[in-house]
Amino acid sequence: MSDFTISINGKDFEATKGQTVLDVAEKNGIYIPRLCFLKGINNEGDCRVCVVDIEGQARLKSSCKQEVYEGMKVKTNNAKVNSSVRNTLEMLAANHSFECWLCSREDNCEFLRLLKKNNVTNPIADDPTHVKKERVIRDDSVSLVLDSGKCVLCGRCEAACHEYTGLDILSINKRGADSIVESIDPLSIENSGCLYCGKCIQACPTGALSEKDAIQSVQAAINDEKKYVVVQPAPSVRVALAEEFGFPVGTNVEGKMYAAFKELGFDDIGDVNWSADLTIIEEGYEFIDRLQNGGTFPMFTSCSPGWIRYIEGYEAEYLDSLSSCKSPHMMQGAMTKQYYAPKLGIKPEDVYVVSIMPCIAKKFEIERPEMQSHGHRDVDAVLTTRELARLIKYNDICFRELDELDPPGQLAQFTGAANIFGATGGVMEAALRTVVEVLEGRTLERVDFEVTRGDDEIKEATLNVAGTDVNIAIVSGGRAIAEFFEILKSGEKQYHFVEFMGCIGGCVNGGGQPITLPEIYENINVPAVRAKGLYDQDAKMDLRKSHENEAVMITYDEFLEKPNSHRAHEMLHTTYINREFLKE
Amino acid sequence: MMTEKRLAQIKEETLARVGDKLNVWHELHHHEVRDKLRNVGKIDPMSIDEYIAKKGYLGILKATTMTKQEIIDELKSSGLRGRGGAGFPTGLKWQFAHDAEGEQKYIIMNADEGIPGDYMDRIIMENDPHSVLEGMMIAGYAVGATKGYIYLRIEYPDSKPILEKAIQDCYEYGLLGENLFDSDFKFDIELRTGAGAYVCGEETALIESLEGKKGQPRNKPPFPVVAGLYGMPTVVNNVETLCIVPQIIQRGGDWYKKIGNPTTPGTKIHTISGKIKKPGYYELPTGTPIKTILEDVAGGMKEGSEFKAVLFSGPSGGFLREDEMFRRTGFDTLAMNGVQMGAGGLIILDKSNDIVSLCRSFMKFNMKESCGRCTPCREGTVRMHELLKKIESGNGISEDLDRLEELSYYIIDSAFCGLGQSAPNPVLSGLDKFRFDFESKLYNFGEDK
Repeated sequence: MSDFTISINGKDFEATKGQTVLDVAEKNGIYIPRLCFLKGINNEGDCRVCVVDIEGQARLKSSCKQEVYEGMKVKTNNAKVNSSVRNTLEMLAANHSFECWLCSREDNCEFLRLLKKNNVTNPIADDPTHVKKERVIRDDSVSLVLDSGKCVLCGRCEAACHEYTGLDILSINKRGADSIVESIDPLSIENSGCLYCGKCIQACPTGALSEKDAIQSVQAAINDEKKYVVVQPAPSVRVALAEEFGFPVGTNVEGKMYAAFKELGFDDIGDVNWSADLTIIEEGYEFIDRLQNGGTFPMFTSCSPGWIRYIEGYEAEYLDSLSSCKSPHMMQGAMTKQYYAPKLGIKPEDVYVVSIMPCIAKKFEIERPEMQSHGHRDVDAVLTTRELARLIKYNDICFRELDELDPPGQLAQFTGAANIFGATGGVMEAALRTVVEVLEGRTLERVDFEVTRGDDEIKEATLNVAGTDVNIAIVSGGRAIAEFFEILKSGEKQYHFVEFMGCIGGCVNGGGQPITLPEIYENINVPAVRAKGLYDQDAKMDLRKSHENEAVMITYDEFLEKPNSHRAHEMLHTTYINREFLKE
Repeated sequence: MMTEKRLAQIKEETLARVGDKLNVWHELHHHEVRDKLRNVGKIDPMSIDEYIAKKGYLGILKATTMTKQEIIDELKSSGLRGRGGAGFPTGLKWQFAHDAEGEQKYIIMNADEGIPGDYMDRIIMENDPHSVLEGMMIAGYAVGATKGYIYLRIEYPDSKPILEKAIQDCYEYGLLGENLFDSDFKFDIELRTGAGAYVCGEETALIESLEGKKGQPRNKPPFPVVAGLYGMPTVVNNVETLCIVPQIIQRGGDWYKKIGNPTTPGTKIHTISGKIKKPGYYELPTGTPIKTILEDVAGGMKEGSEFKAVLFSGPSGGFLREDEMFRRTGFDTLAMNGVQMGAGGLIILDKSNDIVSLCRSFMKFNMKESCGRCTPCREGTVRMHELLKKIESGNGISEDLDRLEELSYYIIDSAFCGLGQSAPNPVLSGLDKFRFDFESKLYNFGEDK
């Protein structure tokens, strides 16, 4: 249904009232360069890269902001527009620190792409009268690095932080040419109460925001003969890594990923899926214990470190509700060092555990002082999915050509229940599969709990488990968490079990996942497609319940005794800190 | 409660007390008029009685007996155009706000007078504060607003207590609050100060600032008359615009329309500074030739100074040369010569003034005052300043002048708000009218190309 036609570059196109010029142009395949516009997130018209010339208007207009009207005549590439775009890009380039070969966004920098496309030279930077802006790098946090030298002040991070977390940690501070992206406490991202969800990194068109690089230390550990380096990828990594190597979104490259680990020289391969099953046993029995012995309700899941940052920083009065379970990869690190390595005759101090995570908050998590067992750090390094892809590229491994590999290690065996940990609702579904069977003492015919699926930010359901009505909820993303706490505090409903994820959609949409460029982001619901990859794999598996995982259950015989035993508490459980001082 | 009778009574009493002072005769130049400045130097700004004695608050009294549309029509017929610089017809602005739907509407008086060399608003506020309050009340009545804000720049510490006292007196006299003049009209005025940003004189940035946010301009549309303060219909008027409104209501739109230049009726207060014998503020009918202002009203150039140019409205304005002195004031008449009348400040330059360094210092001003939101203004002003600095220091080459011109048009075409769009004006005007001043500073000046 179109209301009228507008003319773009001399051709008529159908348009509807309320559309912007950019909408109509993109729908009809007309390219308009853009930088600060990010659909649904940022639409301020600030960068002035998407300007167009409209007949009858004295000045150029931002096409992302300008609404269409009847009889509108637009030119997207006349001399005036081209000169303006070139000037804008030259201005931005003049202050940019071009270190592309070092930059995390070397392969997918939107700014670099614009410079190439518009054939922009960098004459201003060569002029001796030009004073380049001072470059400020904030790397006090263990997760997030802010580099003003690469910032183009588009405001997308500020908008993403506002949109996804509602906490407004990042904002453009100061005025005019001094404008700079800073956290609430400009000197410390850590003290600003950031969740480390990493949505700002994914919104950034350049490498101004990035995870703190751990590639060098991992490479050094691999090169160290004395170290027994064990790698363990998170559930959601296998369905996202593919995008870095040109596969369609959502392709599951689990086998190739294992093969790449081998090529990279890791000594042993585990899989966090194994400990996801372990987590379900521990968390499931914790829940059963609370249910049978009158523990604190609701019980909250504890596997998302972004969520842990949220509750510790903003809702610390609810810390008792949190499950005491460590997150899966921390459990796996402890088990690798304390149980698996000794079995192989290797001392824990010689083991170096590397987690491949969809998350930058995990980098913070491994540094928490509680995260150690018998004096050994549970996990030594975290690489994001993006960093893994870069490591593979640095080592000249032709990922697409790798033959699939099935790792034989005990800590690499898993069930379908573990696989779906990577999507919102997955932890809940996996837990229900076990809890229902244990409590009701029967075998489930259908293991799919449809109520936990879908990409709504808050999902609620009531299930009857062994004669008791259990109210569950699944919440993902900072904004939804805040919203849910309002519901919770109103006391309308008694919840029993709530799954929380720091990122909307869960780990498939984590802040360490491959960058989704705007043209893909606007056409595909990337997190949902990745999640589908996980659920598809789960559906194909023979074993789909965590307690059916022999490789997990055997550890109880050999090492842990029984779920929630003293030793299990020592290895697999943790404590939390009230960080509400971060609030202000 | 304030009534007509009470106003008359206060007038009688005050005239009996200080009538001589209120009617003192001021010696004026024969070109000068005193409509906006009629009370300046006569009444005590801290005394509401003396304002009432000079026919004060009769405008709002009359307005409350009229319909809203009648007031707006009166404004429209007067031809009053906003004196803040843009020259938008005030009646039309009120009409838009009147027609817009919203539970709450606001009137904002823009007293963020930031252009270097301008102080006409300050003169009005510090000498006749009640005239602007009355103007705001009439605006509020006409568009259906019940709340008014004065956005005062923080650099006017002297204006603040005067306005505060005036507002307080109004509440005491029942001129602000509920059921004014026995009608159901209610109106409140609150004084707020800015934090020193020049761009907050731009109406949407001012609104952002009032809301407690960073002073950055908003996207238009929607315009403030439709969605302004807190998303509600809002009229933002300049001090000089509002101060004349009570008299337009009392004397009628036709009276006002007869004054001055037909396209910009009324008077304009000019503040004149620089190498001139009698610098100061002068209220003159629009359409007065610039030559008359300089030579007659302001007494001509200072001893030993030779005229070079007039600079209109500071860092966003332009130059007028000696051969353009026949131009008359008015928004449209000056625009023909590439000059914005702006808020009406004039700076007189003599031969010792260096156009290049003046352009550079104005560019520095714009650079420092840019909010940093859009790239052309944030980065473009910095680059222009660098080039101007290079030329000023004698290191420029002729290509730099072309580059300056290109950058100027780039910023004018692409910048977000009025600040950026007018930031290159002095440079463009300087390059156009005093190109030799630039060329003679070039490194390769005189060399064959």
